[in-house]
Amino acid sequence: MKKSVNIDIAVTHIITRKKQTAVAALGVTIGVAIYLFMNSLSSGFTKFSRDEIFKNNAHIKIYKDNEICEPIMASAADCTAIIINPQITTRSNKIINPEALLASVKGLPFVVNALAQVSFDAFYNRGKAQLRGNGSGVSMVEYDAMFYIGKYMVGGSVAALQGNLNGIIIGSGIADKLSLGMGDNITVSSSYGVVKIMKIVGIFKTGSSLNDNSKSYVNVSAAQQFVLQGPSYISAIFLNTPDPDQSGKFAAQLQQLTPYKVEDWKTTNADVLAADKTRGAMMTAISFSILLVASFGIYNILSATISQKINDIAILKATGFSGKDVIRIFMYEAVMMGCIGTIAGLLFGGVLIGIMSKVYMGGPVGYFPIRFELPLFMGSMLLGLLITCCAGFFPARKAAAVDPVEIFRK
Amino acid sequence: MASGEVILHTKGLGKYFHQPVSFKVLDDISFEAYRGEFLTLVGKSGSGKSTLLYCLSTMDTTYEGELFIAGEKITGKKADDLAALRNSSIGFVFQFHYLLPEFTCLKNVMIPALKLGKYHYREIEERAYAKLEALGLKDQALKQTSKLSGGQQQRVSIARALINDPAIIMCDEPTGNLDSKNTGIVFDMFMQIAHDSGQTIIAVTHDNDFAQASDRTIELADGKIISHDKIFGSSDFRPR
Ligand SMILES: Nc1ncnc2c1ncn2[C@@H]1O[C@H](COP(=O)(O)OP(=O)(O)OP(=O)(O)O)[C@@H](O)[C@H]1O
Ligand SMILES: [Mg+2]
Repeated sequence: MKKSVNIDIAVTHIITRKKQTAVAALGVTIGVAIYLFMNSLSSGFTKFSRDEIFKNNAHIKIYKDNEICEPIMASAADCTAIIINPQITTRSNKIINPEALLASVKGLPFVVNALAQVSFDAFYNRGKAQLRGNGSGVSMVEYDAMFYIGKYMVGGSVAALQGNLNGIIIGSGIADKLSLGMGDNITVSSSYGVVKIMKIVGIFKTGSSLNDNSKSYVNVSAAQQFVLQGPSYISAIFLNTPDPDQSGKFAAQLQQLTPYKVEDWKTTNADVLAADKTRGAMMTAISFSILLVASFGIYNILSATISQKINDIAILKATGFSGKDVIRIFMYEAVMMGCIGTIAGLLFGGVLIGIMSKVYMGGPVGYFPIRFELPLFMGSMLLGLLITCCAGFFPARKAAAVDPVEIFRK
Repeated sequence: MASGEVILHTKGLGKYFHQPVSFKVLDDISFEAYRGEFLTLVGKSGSGKSTLLYCLSTMDTTYEGELFIAGEKITGKKADDLAALRNSSIGFVFQFHYLLPEFTCLKNVMIPALKLGKYHYREIEERAYAKLEALGLKDQALKQTSKLSGGQQQRVSIARALINDPAIIMCDEPTGNLDSKNTGIVFDMFMQIAHDSGQTIIAVTHDNDFAQASDRTIELADGKIISHDKIFGSSDFRPR
């Protein structure tokens, strides 16, 4: 009973002052819509740039890093050995006993899949035309499981390379420039002077010109021949973990197991991630300020309502409404305005997202990378309501402090 | 028909105003009001009648001295407790008719009862209708109060003051806007609720006939009580 009379009064105020209610709610609508839209945009971009990263990067990469020469003899306690002009002393990028390492890595609980790769510098020739690029010797089926290269195949298939030592899968850029097609022969040479004539069994197009114009895939053993190495040579191991955000932790654990360099994708792509983070922070700051400005709308309108309704507040207090009741009445009003505004804002933001996701950008991006994300809708709703509550509280508290006697005496 | 039981009394009530210059509006006010008494407060304009009434109504707490209602000391109570006390035990009719403009007459009368929550909504509605009917306003019940004449608004605010059957009803010139017919209605109503229901009326008035006809009159001058009229006893005097 007691509660319902406060709500009753608040509802009457809201209904009899439709215009002010609409203006206050509209502020929240715009604030919430823009907040939702910008955050969805930011999240879509982040997702997109991550997907781009994971086209070429596994969560964790194990490889042999270059070494700088060290003194052969341990330096005595009282003197320091100084090497002038230290040099890189790496003799080969070879990982010793890769099968054992690969097997032990695959056995780890946090490894979803793992893959060995032999990479080499490749020159693609046809007649006098020559293109520079790089080749990877991998088990193509496992590679597909990790990088979904199958999605980007425009000719042939991933499986065609399996067991075909003379087969090669090339990027569409290479095929176009050398005007080669499926089933044609291509001359591939390596920086070690090995020349092979290979048959094109697949062509891929990822949309990234860096990949499409230079990359090719062959079998592991073919790649080992290109670098003049035996069957135990491997240049890197890639592995995926269940959660890419946790990869740093897993990388640290792996580093305990192997002397080779273990690097997670965040380290490899620190520059891209830093740019993402900056953009994210900017978007959050801008959208939050807009929401804050919107909350001032509610604050203003409620303040104005309270100055105009000061007589009513005095009457209510004279007839036995306490300060808390008055705060409740005006908080209900703020919450009602906030709810109307927030719901409309979510709808409006949703429409904006819907429109934007239909915009075709072309190139590797395709459709604009924005999606409906439920957590962002929830977050925007909570923030919208929270901000209206805060904006409503201060005027409501002012209303509660009205001294009825002062009003009646005037 | 005062019962001899004190419902409200003050001890040495005093009040200062400091703007623009410090002066004492109320000075050592001590008096009793009895249960079922129709008490009037008179005095020249500016003598402090409204100020005293605000102190008695518990809305103004910045006074010295002490106020008791039903034997309980009110001075120094918390604001929320005072609000609850006003809701249940004090009805107030203001010098200017103060109503909530967006609500109907009926709703204005009902709001203090809804706040009290003693009866169900339907019962409250019925009671409110009955009060409005007694004041000749039944046909105006569903009108918005902003569309009523001054006298009608005054009567709505009287109905509102009566809705919770408060022990004390305080009025600041309740008949100031009324014609003689309606003044008569209000007077009879006050007389009846004082003498039949045992509620106490404390009314500020400038109407000498109205004061004469009440049970007792207290006269203020410059913030001091200058006369405590004797209890007249029940009277059949009606102002014309
Ligand atoms: N807020 C205030 N600040 C300073 N002085 C005030 C204030 N309110 C009232 N006064 C003064 O206090 C005195 C008493 O005022 P009050 O309103 O109680 O008079 P009253 O007896 O009700 O007069 P009336 O019959 O005209 O209503 C007056 O001199 C008035 O000027
Ligand atoms: Mg007065």
